[in-house]
Formats: sequence, C-alpha cells, structure tokens
Amino acid sequence: MQHIVVTVNGVELADGEVAAHTTTLDWLRSRGLTGAKEGCAEGECGACSVLVAAPADDGGTAWTAVNACLLPIAALDGQEVVTAEGLGTPEAPHPVQAALAADGGSQCGYCTPGFACSMAAEFYRPGRGATGTTEAAASARREPHTREPAHPAHDHGPNDFDLHALAGNLCRCTGYRPIRDAAFSLGAPDAADPLAARRERPAPPPRATRVEHDGERFVRPRDLDEALRMLHDEPGATVIAGSTDWGVDVNLRGRRTPLTVAIEHLTELRELHATDSAIEVGAALSLSEVQRRLGGRVPLLDALFPQFASPLIRNRATLGGNLGTASPIGDAATALLALDARLRLVSPDGEREVDLAEYFTGYRETVRRPDELIRAVRIPLPLANLAAFHKVAKRRYDDISSVAVGFAIDLGDDGTVAAARIGLGGVAATPIRARATEAALTGRRWDLDAIREAASVLGGEGTPMSDHRASAEYRALMLNRALLKLYRNTAREEVPA
Amino acid sequence: MSELAARPDGAVVGRRVAHESAAQHATGVATYTDDLAARRAGVLTAWPVQSEHAHARIRLDVAPALEVPGVVHVLTEADVPGVNDAGAKGDEPLFPDEARYHGHALAWVLGESAEAARRGAAAVRVEYEPLPSIVTIAEAVEQGSFQGFAPTVRRGDAASALANAPHVVEGESFVGGQEHFYLETHASLAHVDSEGQVFLDSSTQHPSETQEIVAHVLGVPAHRVTVQVLRLGGGFGGKEMQPHGLGAVAALGAVRTGRPVRVRLTRTQDLTMTGKRHPYHATWRAGFDDDGRILALEATLTADGGWSLDLSEPVLGRALCHVDNAYWIPDIAVHGRIAKTNKTSQTAFRGFGGPQGMFVIEDILGRVAPRLGIDAATLRERNLYRPGQTTPYGQEVRHAERLQEIWERVRTESAFDERRAAIARFNAGSPDVKRGLAMTPVKFGISFTFTAYNQAGALVHVYKDGSVLVNHGGTELGQGLHTKMLQVAATALGVPLAAVRLAPTRTDKVPNTSATAASSGADLNGGAVKHACDQIRDRLADVAAAHLGGDPGDIRFADGIVASSATERGMAFAELVETAYHERVQLWAAGFYRTEGLGWDPATMQGTPFRYFAYGAAAAEVEVDGFTGATRLRRVDIVHDVGDSLSPLVDLGQVEGAFMQGAGWLMLEELRWDETDGPGRGRLLTQSASTYKLPSFSELPDELNVHFLERAREDGAVYGSKAVGEPPFMLAFSVREAIREAVGAFGPAGRSVELASPATPEAVFWAIEAARDAGAPVDETAGETVTDAAASVTAGS
Repeated sequence: MQHIVVTVNGVELADGEVAAHTTTLDWLRSRGLTGAKEGCAEGECGACSVLVAAPADDGGTAWTAVNACLLPIAALDGQEVVTAEGLGTPEAPHPVQAALAADGGSQCGYCTPGFACSMAAEFYRPGRGATGTTEAAASARREPHTREPAHPAHDHGPNDFDLHALAGNLCRCTGYRPIRDAAFSLGAPDAADPLAARRERPAPPPRATRVEHDGERFVRPRDLDEALRMLHDEPGATVIAGSTDWGVDVNLRGRRTPLTVAIEHLTELRELHATDSAIEVGAALSLSEVQRRLGGRVPLLDALFPQFASPLIRNRATLGGNLGTASPIGDAATALLALDARLRLVSPDGEREVDLAEYFTGYRETVRRPDELIRAVRIPLPLANLAAFHKVAKRRYDDISSVAVGFAIDLGDDGTVAAARIGLGGVAATPIRARATEAALTGRRWDLDAIREAASVLGGEGTPMSDHRASAEYRALMLNRALLKLYRNTAREEVPA
Repeated sequence: MSELAARPDGAVVGRRVAHESAAQHATGVATYTDDLAARRAGVLTAWPVQSEHAHARIRLDVAPALEVPGVVHVLTEADVPGVNDAGAKGDEPLFPDEARYHGHALAWVLGESAEAARRGAAAVRVEYEPLPSIVTIAEAVEQGSFQGFAPTVRRGDAASALANAPHVVEGESFVGGQEHFYLETHASLAHVDSEGQVFLDSSTQHPSETQEIVAHVLGVPAHRVTVQVLRLGGGFGGKEMQPHGLGAVAALGAVRTGRPVRVRLTRTQDLTMTGKRHPYHATWRAGFDDDGRILALEATLTADGGWSLDLSEPVLGRALCHVDNAYWIPDIAVHGRIAKTNKTSQTAFRGFGGPQGMFVIEDILGRVAPRLGIDAATLRERNLYRPGQTTPYGQEVRHAERLQEIWERVRTESAFDERRAAIARFNAGSPDVKRGLAMTPVKFGISFTFTAYNQAGALVHVYKDGSVLVNHGGTELGQGLHTKMLQVAATALGVPLAAVRLAPTRTDKVPNTSATAASSGADLNGGAVKHACDQIRDRLADVAAAHLGGDPGDIRFADGIVASSATERGMAFAELVETAYHERVQLWAAGFYRTEGLGWDPATMQGTPFRYFAYGAAAAEVEVDGFTGATRLRRVDIVHDVGDSLSPLVDLGQVEGAFMQGAGWLMLEELRWDETDGPGRGRLLTQSASTYKLPSFSELPDELNVHFLERAREDGAVYGSKAVGEPPFMLAFSVREAIREAVGAFGPAGRSVELASPATPEAVFWAIEAARDAGAPVDETAGETVTDAAASVTAGS
C-alpha cells in the first residue's frame, strides 16, 4: 500500500500504516509531537491547531491554521505542516510564542500551542498591516450593504491583527485579555523569518493518495473523472470536502467507513467565475478562500462568513461540504437560499442544475444521488440591494445557530419591496425559504406596518423545536424579531454611544 | 508585623515574573500526563462502558469484548483485590452493581489502542433492569431524597425580626451548575516499576488522596503507591476528588496486566462521568428597614449533590458561610441540605459553594432594590460590613474597612455615577438596545473549613554548587503556584530566581498533602517552603558569621550574595554552601506549616473557620439587545485585595481569569439534562464543546481594568500575601446585576426584575418580554414615559 509522506516542521515523515480515520492530531501525537492537544475532538476548542501550507491567491503559500483533530492525516499526504514545536523553542521562541509567554498569555498552558498556531497564521496573513490604522482596517471591513451594527474597533489591533483569527480557540484560565494584548503587540515578520519566506513559493500541489489499512480505504482521486467513476462504482463511499463534519463523526460517534473519498483538492471544483448574470463558486473552495476571492462582491455572504463557526473551520470547510451534509442548521444554506442559489451537480452522466430551494428533501436528505457531486454554487445577479444574515446563538463567536435568517430584499426606488427572499435555518428538518413572509412583503412599502405584519407571518414559518439550544417559542419569536431588527437597522441610524 | 509576613530587602516575591513554564507552554514542550503515554511504548488504553440509564440494576457480559481484536482485558469488580470504592466516603463503588446515573462507568476495557478499547467497550453487553430515578432538585425534595448533613447557620432570631420588619420580601432563586471544562480532560498513566511500586502519573489536584484510594483499591499500603503530578491543564476543583477512581482504574489495569495503562477521558466522557459545580435552589424571606438595611434573612438552600456525597457537605458548609457575602445581616437562619439525584456527583468548583451562597443574597438585593425605591448600588453599599461586626457564624470581619475602601475606589475609578447617568440618557433614546451598570462586592473566607487540611509540607535541597531544588505538596494547575513557590524560595534563601528549580509534585517526596484547593496553595505550601528555606538559611548564617565576622543575626542573604552587616564582607551563596558542606552542615530541610488561629465547630456551624477574608468589588457595564436578548460586556472595573502580591502577573491572571469564568457561569454556561420520562431520562444533553459553551473572545469586555488594593499586607500569610484563586470568581455577579439593570430599563421603573441563571440570550429575552409586558419605560432623564411609536418597533408584534 502507498506510504504517505508529510513534511512536519521541515522534516519528511513517512508512514505506511495509516488508517483512513486517523486524524492529524492523533498521528502527530503518536510521532511524539505532543504540543497539539485534544481538548474536544470536534473543532470547537482549537487546542489541536496546527499550520498547513495552503495555496495563496497570488500563487504563493498561505500559512493556514486548521483543527488537526478533524483532518485525516492521509489528506495531508505530500503537504507541509508546522506545529507549535516547529514555530520555536523555549530558547528561541517564535514572536507569537514570545508574546504569549511574556505577559500572562498562558496559565495552564494546555490551549497555548493551539493559540500560538492560530496567532501565527494571522501574524503571517498577507496584507496584514497594509491597511494601516485600526480605523482604516475597521472601515474596510464594514459592509455598507448589510447595515448591520459592528464593533470592529475592539476586534482589530493597532497592528491590524484581526481577533476573529482566534475565535476558534478556547482558553479556560486567562479570560483572554492577555492573549488579546499579546496578539495586538505583534510586529511584522522579520526579514529572515523562514516561514515568512516560505510564503513566496507555491504550496505543495495536491497529490493523488490511496491508503488502505484494516479494510478501510482513503482515496484522493487524481481528478474529477476518477472521483466520479469511484462514486459510480462504489455508491456507498463517504465523500469528504474539508472533513470538518466527517472529523466530528469519526471522533465523537466512532463512524468508520470502508471507503472515504476526499475531493476538496479537485481543480474542477475549485473555480470561481463571475459573469454579468451570475457568480459561480466552486464547491470545494474553503469558505475562507471564497470570502477572499469574492472580495466583498456578495455582501450577504460577507455577513455570513464571520458568523460561520471559526476561522479554523472556515479554512477547511467548503460550501459543497456544508450543502452535502444537508444539516438543518448549516448556516451557508440559509444565506444561499436568500441568494436564490442553484447547484451544479455533476455525475458520470453529465451535469444538471438544481434550485437550492428544491435540493433539500428531508432531514439530512437531498436530491443529490450517491454518484453525484456538487460542482459549484451559482448565485444569480444582480443581487438584492438589502441583505443581512441574522444568527441567534448562545455565544457570539463560534456557536451553532438556534435560528439563522438570511435576507435578500429588493427595495424599489419608490420604497416598495420589489422582491424578497428569506432563508431560514434551525426551524425545520431542512433549511427552508420563508415563502409566506416573502409574499407578505412583496409589493408592500418598506414601513413599520408592513414589517409588523410580515414579521408575524415570519414568526409562524417552519416548525421549530425545543432542544438544549433554545425553546421552540424563542426560535419562533427570533424569526419575528429578525425582520423587525432588520427594519430597525435600515430605518434609522444607530443611536450614538 | 509577623515573621511570616515580613519581606526582606531584595525580595524576589512581589516581582512581576512570567509563569515558570510560560515558554514551554507556548512552544508546545510543556508535558502533561497523557503526553507521557504518547511517548511510552506498550501502553494499554482503558475505555469505559457507560450506563445508558439513569438508574438501573445491571448485569455485564464482557465475553464479546474479549473477541474484539486488540482487547486485552475487561476490568470488573472481580479484579479488585482491595476495596471496591473510588471515594473517601464509602459511597462510590469503582465497579457498581447498580448504575446510579446516565454515563456511570460500569466496567473498563483495556485495549492495545484507543480504537480497540473503544470497540471493546461497545461490545460489552449490559442488561439493564431500570429503577425509578430522580433527576431534579424538585423531584428529590418531593421524594425526600437527601444525603449527608443538613446544617444551619444561625444568629439571633430571624423569625421575630422578620415579623417586625417594615419590608419583607420572599422568593425563590435557582442557580445552575457549571462544567469545569479544564482544557485537559482527566488523565492517568500507571505502571508497576522494577521494585513492585505502583507509579501513577495523574492529573490530580489531590495526589495524596489519589494515592490513598489507589492503595485501598489495590489492597496495598500507601508506601507501595507513588503519585506524580507534572502539571494540570486546568483543574478548578474538578480534579480534587474526581481523579481518584480513574487513577485506580489505570493502576488496577497495570497491576492486572503488567503493562502501562492510560486513562484519558474524551471530552464527552469527562462531561458525562465527572462531577460539576452544584446547582442550588433557595427559598428565602428577607426583611429590610425603610433605608434598605437588611434586618433579617431566613433561607433554605438545597444543593443538587448528584449520585454520591463527594464534597457536597463542605461545599454546602461554605455556601451557608457565604450567604452574607459582604453584608451585615443581624438576624439570620440559613438551612442547608443536599439532594441525592441520579446525576454526576457534583463536586468542588472554584468558590466551593461560596458563589452559590452569595448568589442568594445578590439575587435578593437585585430584586428588592426597585421595590424599596433605592438604586441597587446604594442598597449594597449601605449594607456592607463595618469594622467590628461579625459574620453569622461568629467570626470577626477583620479589615472590614478594606471593603469600604475598595468599594469607593471602584465607584470612583469606574466613574460609576457619571456613567450611570449617561446610560440613563442612552437608554431613553434607545428603545431596542439597553445598557446597564452595576457594582457588587466580594468577601470570601480563606482556609479549608475542614481544619485538618490547613497544613502543608515541603522538602528543599541545596546542592553543593548552590543550586536549589524545591519539592512541595501543592500541584500546578496553571494557577502559578510553582512560580510563587520559586519566588518564595528565592526570597527566603536570598538567591536569584534562576538558582531555584521546582521538581514535579510527588507523594514520595512530601507525604500526606492537602488538596491544592480552597485558594490555599500558596498560603500553605508557601509557609512550608519558607520554613524549610529558613532552616537552611539559619544554618548557613552560622557558617557565614564564622567566616565573614559578626553574629548570625548580622548575615544578609540577597541575590546570591551573603554579606555580614557587621564587617561589610561578603561571599557568593554557592561558595558559602560549599564551605558549609565541608563543615558537615545539613543543606536540606523539610518544612512544615499549619495555619494558626482556626477553630470551627461543624455541629453548631460557629467559630473561626477562616484565617482571613479576601475582598474585592467590580463594576460591570453591559449592553443588551432587545430583539434577541444577546448581551455584550462593554466595560469592567475591578479592585481586588490580594494582600501584598507574591507575584503580580500571576495574581492579575487569577483575577481576570476567575472573573471571566464567573461571567461564563452566570451568562452563558448551561448544563441541560433530559428531565423527561423518555428513554434518555437523566442524560446530559450538553455533553460536548459544541453544546456546552464557555466564554470565548466574544465575552471579553471591550475594556477590562483590574487594580489591586494597595498597602494590603496580610499578617497571617506568607510574605504578607493573600489567596487569590477563588475570590475574584464572584466579582462576576456585577455582570449579572448589570444585565438585570439593562433588562429593567425595558420596563417601567420600580419593577423587580427576575432573571434566570444562567442569563443566556434566551433567558434575558424572556426577562425583557416580561419587563415590556409590565408597561412602557419611564425616561428618568426627562421624567416622562417614552411614547415615540417609531422608536418601538417590537411593540404589538
């Protein structure tokens, strides 16, 4: 069977006995690299964070922080990884490590290697600091179309360090203040910094990989044709495109499957095109890549991304994966429904296009056949002129929605609603369109009376349930309030502090 | 000044130094228990078979597990040579014949890998004969299901005082539990060494008790078992009692198989198997005079203890001793009891009942203030202890003047009154988003209420080259204890910090240690380390006086130089040590410390359980979204009394971290259990990091100002310092009270606001709805009701 070879901290490590379900975290630890820790095994705490050399948009390399607990090591065949041990040593710490250590950034220290890796990724972010002052950075990120209140000043350091980079890392000891201060104290990488220099060269190309151990296979096909052939021949295969959901199943639910096919590297699934009539986003681009490459062209998605899990997840998770798992609380679907998105499905028989609103058929069920892959998501243009993404959860950073609402509303020059599309998550077995509310709004003036009527319709959409996240009553009222809040945010400026 | 508290010139204590392992933490080389297992060959993994019923008689068939490839053995009661109990009270069978809670470990499968052990555990057949279960405090009360003692703290005649009070209010309060969520889950690694000694690496806060329980499970004397603690990835009380059984499983497996055995709980196992902060229910009646002074309080506190007693009794004792928080309550009767339920056995957690006790009085004051027509900050201020007053359990509130000083400082430094006026103006113009500002005090008693625990030992070696090795009985949980102990030793011996190294905590170095708990680690172990170092220094002073001239009393030790003030001659510390060795002077010493002046009668709940009190106060400002109930922390100002700090950076970290952990408990962290009669009854629903949310960066206040009380020497503790681990946790009540203020602003003035705990967005939302339903808010800045229709989009929805 094929060996995998992973370059860790500059050293090539080969392994011929990798199981398909072996995570990068377990593999690193079994190699004696115990800096990365398991805190939750589901991508929530970030104690396992490591850096992966990923392709940057300019052809170079972006040091990208990921959750090692969710990533099969076989998926890193031929790739480069840097762990906390590789960043620096106690005698010669990396700047982020020195900053964390100097002023109280660690207490028990268990989360600290993970913080160091997430912090290093932001330290090396291309263009960090290029926008200058905090205020400039903040306003560059503020999205005029969504008109959502933001609190960016506290999230960006004077060094343009974006605190959201650490949103997927939990610390139970420090209370975060010293970690924030350490992050905001960082300068620019030194000229001699080898990891900074590494950014200039391309990332390692993806490699076709095929490993088998104990009757379980992990395959990274050469190209789309091979992938589709495999799915056709073995329709029971598990397809992963980022593996952030797969990792949770493997770690928490003990899921083991005979064949795992990884597709996030397939170039055919990683394209992004824009024409006058549509933007087409490759299903295997990571959400971070989508955000960067869209460059603000889809304000609704820009409102979504910061609220979608954490950067550690967004650096791996894909739109195809999020729609493929068909979770009723997958935030991307909620936004894409409002954007009237269509999916391009591809199989050995050819392609077909499906309206996302008709894609979901039941709880985690869709019209996608086992031999089909989501190739791309097509967002029709022009976009509605009022867009917002409202997510209600217990915690503001990195939480799962109790309720999510995507709004795309076309306001005519005469102040009436020309068209309205509203996507809902968390209130039914699938993400749904709020059709009755859309109808109630369409043709009405954008005023308080119409909003109140439509909001009460919205509050009755779906069939919300009570669970540990929220009660059914709260969920229903949050739908209602989402429209009122949207109206408030459009109808008058925020009261100055 | 006491000798214990006096600081020499050039003291290393008091300097702002980084955590002793900070560079190792950040570079990933700091080693934790399970990291050892990853680097050792031939280690077996133990995996639990967990109950799927809250209460059931069980029969196990382990044979199918043994068919699973890689499974080596299944540990059951039949393997136990000694006592089949994992606790100190005899009510925690290590291998139970009855499942007492959903998730209860019934057997442990040993496998060549975690994968094999997990598959083996899944293959074990468990026959359940379900029994009736109790999963809430209400059910326990209804069925009379209690355990342990039911104490009362009493002073005066609360019933009569209530009968005569001008204002009497009554109510109920409920505060939820809290998962420790130390980032490192429980870990143990055991092997039997060449001499037949069982050596256990454990993530325990209480190595001596882990040792005792491993020894009694194995049926061997304590001297056959050594427990080592490198460092913990957080403890917070969750590793005080809970590690013992897990260590015993590893040790039993090692003895049974002759191979090293590791136990490392997954997050979900840790959440579903180990104890948490106790939820508390309270009923109360409180009497006030017209000025808002508390006249009397009657209360009954019921703790949800879970399936076994664990530490529920001392936790309850501390809760009763903190119902007063920082307030003088002349007549009081507070009863406590412990419900026995089919849930995890609730245990120690930072504050140890103190937070639950204080919750009651803070909830009362927050709810009563509007009814009395007194703003909550003024109400609290009027009731603060004054010098000369005593607690309900009869202890003088020494340094009560510090409470007043701290309160005034916070009020001034946070610009409390100006900001409150500004917030009233903001709220008047902001129908959908309201802000609130509140101040709360903390008074927290320091010492174990179990008096015997207030002792500690240390073992200090000085080697011939002048380097120093310190062993002590405390464990490093991340709280910086080792950093402080290095500073204490360097101060006492007058050497640079770099000359001192700390060895990992081991029960064969310092025996019979107390848990590193109750904020006492530095007080107790610091006293012991100092005692050991003082003995060595005194011996060296004799040698130095002979060589340098003068009396031993003239010899000064500082920064690695030993000098005689009589002759002004000096020599290097290392040179003196070498000289002393040749003169056959003992260069090592055992140190011992016990806290003086304690006297506590648990039967009457009267006496002096605490050496001193730690004080603090906080002002918190929040902003609440009326659409969703989501809360943001805008600004927090804290003044806290750490005595004269041993290590300011460490203490700052404790204050900030404890505050944020407290804020998490009160506004976010929610343990939800299946309380239905369905098949999952008793199951913890929030059993992973994706469902149990602890604070992240989004809960960090935009502005966080922490100051220490100055000139704060505590005569009764090492180098004049004070304990700091727990007290600041309770500063977070300021956040909850600020949320209450903000919620109140959505409704009419003078209305009492009830707020569920934790104050999650949903809980806050319902409180806002109730406030709105009570009528329109009054703009206090203008003196009229806000009627701007456009300003209130949610009305009529």
